[in-house]
Amino acid sequence: MKRQSCLVLLMLVFGLVLTACGDNTATTPAQTTAAATTAAATTAPPAATTAAATTAAATTAAATTAPAATTAAATTAANATTAAATPAAPTVPAAPANNMTGTINWWHITTGEPGKTIFQEMADAYMKANPGVKIEITILENDAFKTKLTTVMQSGNPPDLFQSWGGGVMAEYARAGLLKDISGDLKGAWGDSFNKAPLDVYSADGKYYGVPWDMGAVGFWYNKSLFAKAGISAPPATWTEFLSDVKKLQAAGITPISLGEKDKWPGHFYWVYLATRIGGKAAFDKAFDRSGSFADPSYVQAGEKYKELIDLKPFPNGFLGLTYNDQSNLMGDGKAAMELMGQWAPSTEKDQSSNKQGLGSDLGYFPFPMVEGGAGDKDDVMGGGNGIAVGKNANPAAVDFLKYITNVENQKVLAKAGMALPVVKGSEVAVTDPLLQQVQASVNKAKYYQLYYDQYLPPALASVIVDSVQGLLAGTLPPDQVAKAVEDSAASELKK
Amino acid sequence: MQSSLGTKSTPIIQPVQRRRPRYGRIFTIVLFLLPAAAVYIYFVILPIGQSVFYSLFRWNGLGPLENFIGLDNYTKALGDKVFVGALSHNLLIAVLSIVIQLPLSLVLALLVARHLPGRSVFRMIFFLPYVLSDVTTGVIWSFVYKPDNGLLNTALRNLNLGDGQAWLGTPNLALYAVFVVMCWKYFGFHLILYVAGLQQIPADLEEAAKMDGASNFQVLRHITVPLLGGTIRISVFLSILGALQYFDLIWVMTLGGPVNASETMATYMIKNGFQRFQLGYGSAVGVILFLVCFVFSLAYQRMVLHRDLAGSGALT
Repeated sequence: MKRQSCLVLLMLVFGLVLTACGDNTATTPAQTTAAATTAAATTAPPAATTAAATTAAATTAAATTAPAATTAAATTAANATTAAATPAAPTVPAAPANNMTGTINWWHITTGEPGKTIFQEMADAYMKANPGVKIEITILENDAFKTKLTTVMQSGNPPDLFQSWGGGVMAEYARAGLLKDISGDLKGAWGDSFNKAPLDVYSADGKYYGVPWDMGAVGFWYNKSLFAKAGISAPPATWTEFLSDVKKLQAAGITPISLGEKDKWPGHFYWVYLATRIGGKAAFDKAFDRSGSFADPSYVQAGEKYKELIDLKPFPNGFLGLTYNDQSNLMGDGKAAMELMGQWAPSTEKDQSSNKQGLGSDLGYFPFPMVEGGAGDKDDVMGGGNGIAVGKNANPAAVDFLKYITNVENQKVLAKAGMALPVVKGSEVAVTDPLLQQVQASVNKAKYYQLYYDQYLPPALASVIVDSVQGLLAGTLPPDQVAKAVEDSAASELKK
Repeated sequence: MQSSLGTKSTPIIQPVQRRRPRYGRIFTIVLFLLPAAAVYIYFVILPIGQSVFYSLFRWNGLGPLENFIGLDNYTKALGDKVFVGALSHNLLIAVLSIVIQLPLSLVLALLVARHLPGRSVFRMIFFLPYVLSDVTTGVIWSFVYKPDNGLLNTALRNLNLGDGQAWLGTPNLALYAVFVVMCWKYFGFHLILYVAGLQQIPADLEEAAKMDGASNFQVLRHITVPLLGGTIRISVFLSILGALQYFDLIWVMTLGGPVNASETMATYMIKNGFQRFQLGYGSAVGVILFLVCFVFSLAYQRMVLHRDLAGSGALT
């Protein structure tokens, strides 16, 4: 009797195995390897793996959420403005007929309207002009995109065109030979059409692997009526004024600064901006090319200045456990007076506010204040945006299509829809929102444009930066230790 | 008994022909085991081997493995305060589970196993948190713990017990705050184990003891709990193993923070392996995690579960 049931069990297992094998053969070798790799590297549950892969593309969940928010948020804004006003589909310019052939795989993360439709229309217009070309668009939600991209990258099969934020992560892919060098294509009119700073974000080791279509800046978004309530007449221009305004806000019973430091990246903006103001481009360049160091005085001072602010306790109760969404909610609901954030802040605040309205006309913008005696320029900007990278297997049609979607007319379309701060010369005029115009102006005025460290630097180093700065905020790491931790990581990550 | 696989026609006593059917039997067994063994080797043994291999390299997960660094990844991990902290958090969770969570489950199991009216309803209620996914639980409790308008702090304020704390935002509290949720989520699982164990204990033993004049507590102390020993040993085993590998709720609620205060080995591995593009290093951490669990399992089975597993063939 027992034997018989054993037999049945064995048969069952065998059947299952057969099924499994069937599935297995259907899977491409690449996927199998990837799966095995994941399983090998982690004994954690599947959820864990997903979460990990999700964030793998950039430093932290955080680092990645920032730019991600850009699109999603900008789209929301666009929904409210454009979509409401003109329900009709936006029109994209006709594409040039270049007799291109082939298939282009394009992965983007613009899941919301009108961006989703606009991108589809661009693809349709191009296919109409070049009947030999087939463009297959895959739209993925931000986190899903990163998971999927990591997997295909590890298997060595990148899509032809895909969402990228440039910087260190893109450089990792480029050095692994997974991206196509398009420097040659960018020589001449196409390359000249871009503003140089945003374009350079998509270069690594002197070669270009992608192009931007959106580039903004991080600055202070503030609640005008709360500032007025605290008796602040004009936004602060210097760090001293800034600190005294923080005190004024506190005296008026207002939480001065919204911060969700669980995600880590929102807090590191202050440290980077202070370093940019104090040390300027020179300090960063030296630390980056290893002729200097991240433990240099300007980075230690950045920590010290930041500590002055932290010691005032200007952040919401329990900010170390709050997320970026909590941060936006506090701003959107008018419970905190300001936040240091990128161009997507207004729409995220709106989305996260309890009434889905945000602050409306109460919202204002001012650039990061100048630190007295700093070597940097008050107009220098830190920020980032969105772009498209080119996979190693891309055909000439993919690059030609990329030229089309980043031409000045299409940039204007994106700007009008409120989904981008355009990067091609001559398209700035299409930005209509006054606050975004202000951000745009600050980008154009900047002599030195610094991509967020957490995107620009190699992921391991970037991760150490956001971790250490969190330590500074929590009071567990003094400023010089922060600088030292960053330098220790830089010493091993930046040596070529 | 003798009519084993495919040898039905073999006469019972025929010494000369005995060899052939035995080969046939072994062949059959091998044939049936092969697919499962192949899958096991391909999806379990091989990946572990791969991990060990990767852990000897400085590798970002892309491109070829070129930078062989021997055991550097291991020395780096063991010398990293954050990793050692993570390991100590795992051990702390294990200890807290045994000291707090399991006794709680046991007491509740004793309550709902037998005499309590409406006990099936209670059992269901206690088991409910276990059915929820970890992510859902984590998100719900993040709301409960919110510093300003969270359920917990609002309740404390209304009871005039102060303003409460930023439970997840205070380095000294975060791990304990998450542990409470782990307790809440998993006690139902251990409770069900105990209830099942209690049902195995024949009621007449306890009745006999009572007739001999034993008090309720004496019955519990000398009859019920000792007879539940096997179940308790298994539940301690599962609890410790779970604590060593713990990931989910921590990732959702604190991401291992603030400032690594609630980091576990698993969150550390994910952060370093995937987020920092250091798959070689992450693999080394994974291997250490695996070894810790493996050694613990072996030791526990040899030393504690020995009696329970004797005769089951699990130990040779």
